[in-house]
This record gives sequence, C-alpha cells and structure tokens, in this order.
Amino acid sequence: MTAEVTTDRTPGPPGPSGCGGAYAPRPGGAPVVRMITAQAALETRMLLRNGEQLLLTVVIPSLLLVLFSTVDIVDTGAGRAVDFLAPGVLALAVMSTAFTGQAIATGFERRYGVLKRLGASPLPRWGLMAAKTLAVLVTEVLQIALLTLIALGLGWSPRGNPVSVALLLVAGTAAFSGLGLLMAGTLRAEATLAAANLVFLLLLVGGGVIVPLERFPDAAQTVLALLPISALSDGLRDVLRDGAALPWGELGILAGWAVPGLAAAARFFRWE
Amino acid sequence: MRPRPHRAATAHPGFPGWPDPRRGPGRDPAPGPGGRAPLPRLPGMNNESAVRVRGLVKRYGAKAAVDGLDLDVRSGTVTAVLGPNGAGKTTTVETCEGYRRADTGTVRVLGLDPAADAARLRPRIGVMLQSGGVYPGARADEMLRHMAKLHAHPLDVDTLAERLGLGSCGRTPYRRLSGGQRQRLALAMAVVGRPELVFLDEPTAGLDPQARRATWNLVRELRADGVTVVLTTHFMDEAEALADDVAILDGGRVAAQGSPEQLCRGGAENTLRFTGRPGLDLGSLLKALPDGTAAAELTPGGYRISGTVGPQLLATVTSWCAQHGVMPDGITVERRTLEDVFLELTGKELRS
Repeated sequence: MTAEVTTDRTPGPPGPSGCGGAYAPRPGGAPVVRMITAQAALETRMLLRNGEQLLLTVVIPSLLLVLFSTVDIVDTGAGRAVDFLAPGVLALAVMSTAFTGQAIATGFERRYGVLKRLGASPLPRWGLMAAKTLAVLVTEVLQIALLTLIALGLGWSPRGNPVSVALLLVAGTAAFSGLGLLMAGTLRAEATLAAANLVFLLLLVGGGVIVPLERFPDAAQTVLALLPISALSDGLRDVLRDGAALPWGELGILAGWAVPGLAAAARFFRWE
Repeated sequence: MRPRPHRAATAHPGFPGWPDPRRGPGRDPAPGPGGRAPLPRLPGMNNESAVRVRGLVKRYGAKAAVDGLDLDVRSGTVTAVLGPNGAGKTTTVETCEGYRRADTGTVRVLGLDPAADAARLRPRIGVMLQSGGVYPGARADEMLRHMAKLHAHPLDVDTLAERLGLGSCGRTPYRRLSGGQRQRLALAMAVVGRPELVFLDEPTAGLDPQARRATWNLVRELRADGVTVVLTTHFMDEAEALADDVAILDGGRVAAQGSPEQLCRGGAENTLRFTGRPGLDLGSLLKALPDGTAAAELTPGGYRISGTVGPQLLATVTSWCAQHGVMPDGITVERRTLEDVFLELTGKELRS
C-alpha cells in the first residue's frame, strides 16, 4: 500500500493506485429481482424500526382491540364484541400501514432526498414502488398475525373463506396505498404528517372500525359507507363474522378508490 | 465529431479556448491494474468526452438558471465546475444526472441522453447529492451496504467505509451522523457501484481539513483508476489541487474553461519582486527583457517587474543581477491564482 500523499495537482502517473486499482470501473446494476428484494427488506426494516410508526401500526390497533373487546364502552350490536371488533381492527391495521405509515414515510423520504438519490441508482422507479408495496404487505402480514393471535386469545371465532379475506385486504391495501402515495408525492412532508394522522383519526372514528355505522344518522351512514375504511371493515366483517362468500359491493368501493387513487399518484407524484 | 471552439474563447479573448481533446495535454485514463483490460476504446466512436453539453438552457419560471452553457468533460479526467452560489452548477450537474430535462440544448453523458436513456445511464454513473439521500433511520453501514446491493460488482463495503473514516460510525443512524460523516457517506454511496463517471456536488463542503484531505485523496485514486470525475466546488484550492480542467460558471454560462495552468497563464500580467541596492539602472535591465515588460523601483531598493513571468524571464533577471553584482534578495514570483481569474471574470468573490 502506497497511499497517495502528494499535494500537487498531478496525482502521480496514471495507473493502479495504492489500492491496486480498487476503483477501476466495473459498472452495472444488480438483477432487478435482487434490487427489489433488497429495497423491500430495507423499507420493511425502516418501518419496523420507527417508533412512531409502530405506535400507529401495532400499538394502537392492539390496544383498541383489547380495550373495546374487554370493556363495554361502545355498543357493537348483537353478538360478541370481539367478533365485531377484530375485522374492524384488521382494516385499521391495513390503513395504518398502507395509508398513514406509507404516506408519512414516503413524504419524509421525498423531503430528505432519499427518493431522489435512489432515482440515480440502478433501481428503476417502478422497482422502488414494487419494493414499497412488498414492504407494506410484509408489515401487514406481521400485523395481521399479531392481531389475529390477540383476537383469538380474546375468544374470537372467525368464519368465512380466507381467499375472500385476502382479496379484501389486497384491495384495501391498493386503495390506501394510492391515497397515501398521492398525499406523500404532492404535499410537503409536514403537511403529509399532519393530514395523514388526522385522516387516520377521522376514519378510525367514522369508518365502522370500533363504532358501528348504524350509530350514525342515516344520511351520514350513506356517505360513510363509501369510505375505503368502511368498505374494508364492513367487507371483512361480512366474511369473518357473518360468513359471506365475497362482498362484491365493498370490493367495488375499494376498487373505486384504488384505481383513481393509484392513477392520480402515478400522474402527480413529484419525486423531489 | 470535432468540438467547436469554446464560446469563452471569444467572450473572453484573454483566455484560451477549450483545447482539442485529441491534441490537448490530457493524460490518458489509467489502464486497468495488472491483468485487467484497459477501458474499451470502440473504433469510430468519440470516447474522449464523458460529458458533452451544448447550448444548455434551463429555466425556473422566468429566471434562467442555466443560460446557454457548453461543457466538455474528457474521459478519465477530473473536471471542477466552479462558481458562486446561483451560478448554475447544481442545475448543470443535475441535468447531466438525468434529474432535469434541458429546455433547449443537448446533453450527452457517456454518449447517452440522460433524460431519455436514464435506465441505461444510471448503472454507469455515481451520484453524490449536495445533501440528504439517506433514510434518517438507516445506519451508515446499512445504507452503504444497500447501495452496494443495487449494483452488480460493488466495491467491498468495509474497505471503502474504512478508507473514508466511516468505520467507527457504521452503527450510527444517519440522523445522528455529523455533517462531515454524512458527506463522506454520500461520497461512499456514489462510488460503491464502481461507476465509470461520478458526479460530486460540493463533496467537501463543511468538512474539516483532515476529512477534506481524505476526500481529495479518494478523488485522486478514482482518477488514477480511470474513473471520470465531475465535481462542483466553491473552493479554488480544491479545483487547483484536483482538477485537470476547470469550468468557471457565472450567471448560468461558462465564463472560462481550461486547465488551471491555462486559466492562470492568460489575461492579466504576473509580477516578480525582489530587493537589491537602491538605484539600479532599470533601463539596462529592460533592454534584456522582452517587449511588454515593465520594471519599477517602488521603494528604495524594492523592485517590481511585471509582464509574462516565466522561467525565461526569471533567468534573464537573475543573470542581469549577476552581471551587475546585485544579490536579488527575497525574490518572489506572484502568479495569478484561480481566485484572481475568477474575480476578474465574475467580479464576485467565490464564497459570499
């Protein structure tokens, strides 16, 4: 090793440096699947490492599930409270990750130049988006596993077809991701942070998660039923509590949010 | 294609135009180390220019950030883009990186259009942004390792981190790194993919002298290994120390471009000073000197000679002194620095 110590502007003769030509160009991107896998793993770690995110995605849904199942605060109608609450809290978990968490994280990634820097890497933009989606799905699987265990511990007895449940969860994820990314890609990071939390709170209260929509006035019910959170929680409830086959109406509402939401996000997302 | 003479040659007659790359004083890029093939030289292609910008205009609203800019970067060299804040440095570099689309003009980077051929270009270049670019919660080594994973043949992450003095802060989250550590991490991220061409936007801003030196040495090693480097800087000494070529930007245009020597040689005169016994016969001295040289005794025994001061003039003066039994004490040659050139061209201090 002969480290370069000259101070003149001629860094010695051309040729291998002291490190044996360590920096000799050998450019190239990794295979795209490997890039997406690496990116998804990093994004998942970032989500799971962030305390505020965990509060939103794990602590709040778990607390709500336990609290409202064991203490009779809200009249959840006929039947056991946990059978009403578990599907709603699953919907809340999807919203917390796909919408709130993703919007806030992506908003700050945009603000801190992470998206910009990754934009100059070999990872294509669609690959970045695919990785984000994967990270959201992985997080959701972990959330759902945890919440299911808690609910089962509280005496939950789910029914219905798991495929229908999976379809609803995917449709809900698409709907919330579109809205979250639209917000993150167009608003300032601080505005996204505030708005995403506000929307989370409003939809938690008004989206049939812990308070049945029937408790609201009739006129409000009609509107509230069209919200993605209501569609997801009611759809999941139709399957998991009432054993319905596939709630097409709710799926339709979710698709009605997902398609324009994702299209608008793709159209208006600003990377810097 | 033969580059046309640089506009600065006419705009600023005092400065030499951009030399023809094929005849210029440029050193060849380093051949690979033992056993590794040198860089491919495809016949019939212009492999000389890593970056070619012609007539670049980029507006933000009514204001033109870049206004008719030409720039050439020869393969295997270090080019410093120098200019005050708002001169258009970052806009130019970010257009080359594919972040911005030129309003008018053409940009070719490694022969590709950075906007249209981004997918093919990006694996071949390394980018260091002026700030940010890292997840606040990511650890330094985690982020560097991640960038390495996005490339096919990355450098060894631990060696690189050690090389840049990042070894001790590998476990530290980005948000807790110091400014200097962040800069070095960004630099490491730019080179870890073994690019052909790296763009470094103010790589030493905010660094302490030691870290600055480490960065300089890395740039020299990159160049020695055949990597083309484009860096923007506020620092004259950085450009003088590192760059084969310097482009001085002002108001969105290139005010002058050339090697530091070329830029410092042209234009205003340089001076030579010495002290000797008072009342020397300057007329006799001037006869020995080329036309256009001036000599004056500023204080008793304090002499100043101004003109094109080179080795020949210095030799002439000292031999005249020897013939006249004069000991020229404290003889100094004052050459123009890039700082002087910059001030003359732009009327601005580099760092305001």
